[in-house]
Amino acid sequence: MHDAAAATPAWAALAYLVAGICFILALRGLSSPESSRRGNRLGMAGMVIAIATTLVIHSIASLGEIIVAIALGGMIGLLIARRIAMTAMPQLVAAFHSLVGLAAVLVAVAAWFNPIAFGIADPLTGIIHQISRVEMTLGLAIGAVTFSGSVIAFAKLNGNMAGAPILLPGRHILNLGGLAAIVALVILFTIGTAAPALFWAIAILSFIIGFLLIIPIGGADMPVVVSMLNSYSGWAAAAMGFTLQNTAMIVTGALVGSSGAILSYIMCRAMNRSFLSVIAGGFGADATEARAGGAVADRPYKRGSAEDAAFIMKNAEQVIIVPGYGMAVAQAQHVLREMADLLKAEGVRVKYAIHPVAGRMPGHMNVLLAEANVPYDEVFELEDINSEFGQTDVAFVIGANDVTNPAARTDKSSPIYGMPVLDVEKARTVLFVKRSMGGAGYAGVDNELFYRDNTMMLLSDAKKMVEQIVKSLGH
Amino acid sequence: MTFISILSIFVLACFVGYYVVWAVTPALHTPLMAVTNAISSVIIVGALIASAATGSATAKWLGLIAVVLASINIFGGFAVTERMLAMYRKKDRRG
Repeated sequence: MHDAAAATPAWAALAYLVAGICFILALRGLSSPESSRRGNRLGMAGMVIAIATTLVIHSIASLGEIIVAIALGGMIGLLIARRIAMTAMPQLVAAFHSLVGLAAVLVAVAAWFNPIAFGIADPLTGIIHQISRVEMTLGLAIGAVTFSGSVIAFAKLNGNMAGAPILLPGRHILNLGGLAAIVALVILFTIGTAAPALFWAIAILSFIIGFLLIIPIGGADMPVVVSMLNSYSGWAAAAMGFTLQNTAMIVTGALVGSSGAILSYIMCRAMNRSFLSVIAGGFGADATEARAGGAVADRPYKRGSAEDAAFIMKNAEQVIIVPGYGMAVAQAQHVLREMADLLKAEGVRVKYAIHPVAGRMPGHMNVLLAEANVPYDEVFELEDINSEFGQTDVAFVIGANDVTNPAARTDKSSPIYGMPVLDVEKARTVLFVKRSMGGAGYAGVDNELFYRDNTMMLLSDAKKMVEQIVKSLGH
Repeated sequence: MTFISILSIFVLACFVGYYVVWAVTPALHTPLMAVTNAISSVIIVGALIASAATGSATAKWLGLIAVVLASINIFGGFAVTERMLAMYRKKDRRG
């Protein structure tokens, strides 16, 4: 039995349960855009309940300071939320993960300094209960890994650090050894005398492991990394919830943990890669090698102008737009919607096809299109639209590459073989917007699509090209 | 609460999470990440306990810093989710 439990009144335990239910309903709301905003409000309500309950049941020695801290954090948070560009959402989410991780670390350290306040120690001797030692060090370790891992993910996504994987020699042994050492330290800390040195060693080692885990992972695998860190931040919260015997924290931790895990699974499946191979990292490392080795040079391809593209699309019955990360980089989503509007005015049916790993985080393209006022019922997921390319006049690929590569279906030797792709080549004409013929996609694989008879390459910056098409459509 | 009853809550919540998250439409996966981020900052409960208690000044200040960090996440996470969700609209509105 823990002392915290004895001190928590029944109504407070119920209030925490209500908060947990609010959080479940917040995620439940996301099953459709219509119910999503109500869900988000319930999430906020749950948070208010959790915070208010905590403040009421504890004797507060420093209410003023706490209010200042909440106000300060709240202002920073609101300011960031208002200012951030939608294209920068992946790095924002990574940054937020790092804050959850760091907060978990700080709470664990605070619990170490004042275990009696947390109700996890014998009030007479001040010795921390064994089970609480496991829980708090797990929270500490997961929080630290989340923090340093997210900082690296942020730096890679934000461009402060090259997206290319950094491969240390013997990194697998290093990482596995590090993880084993953390587990050993947690066990020692629990069964032994809870020596401070062990506690700090767990913290430092976990920070290092988080860093080492993420640096070998390349830019294209970032959707998996961001989801994985999302999951970790949940497990960290859950571990602290065990320490504090707090239902709201445990429920939330479980929700967030499984959410991140499922998203990682979906992303891996969309790339036809195992989770372990993503974690092992190194994907994209030999991109230059593959590019140099492949016979990319001087294959004939058809090049078109914006006017050609405008003409072809104007006379089409149905156009499917396939956006990718390149669209986000070029910030072309708004002008793309303008193009779609002009086409619709000409009587063309316009749809959008989204591959699960298009962009740098799950659902990234959907948010960008929503930002550009594209109605969400024109936007379709891979499995819902793939059969339609056969009856489509034009597939307009903008900023996507690997996710359209037919080699994933046909070429067993291709590194992306087996990955589900959008069957754009089945459309009568493929318009492929690309900066130049030089660069390959992230996987470093040449795309057969470029050289097909029904493909027209539109070589230019994505935004400029679409602007020119809009201009031609205007006439 | 005994450890076993807490563990039961945790395991059941994992199952709830599994089914609820699979029901989330892929179009809303980015808002899902933003909102899970916001709610995982419920760790602020621990931060508040640390900063409210007397007994250790170090714990109090660490707690206060954690309150600031978690608040950034709570306010920022919910606000950015709200901003994103407001952008999702249906066809008929624009005609």
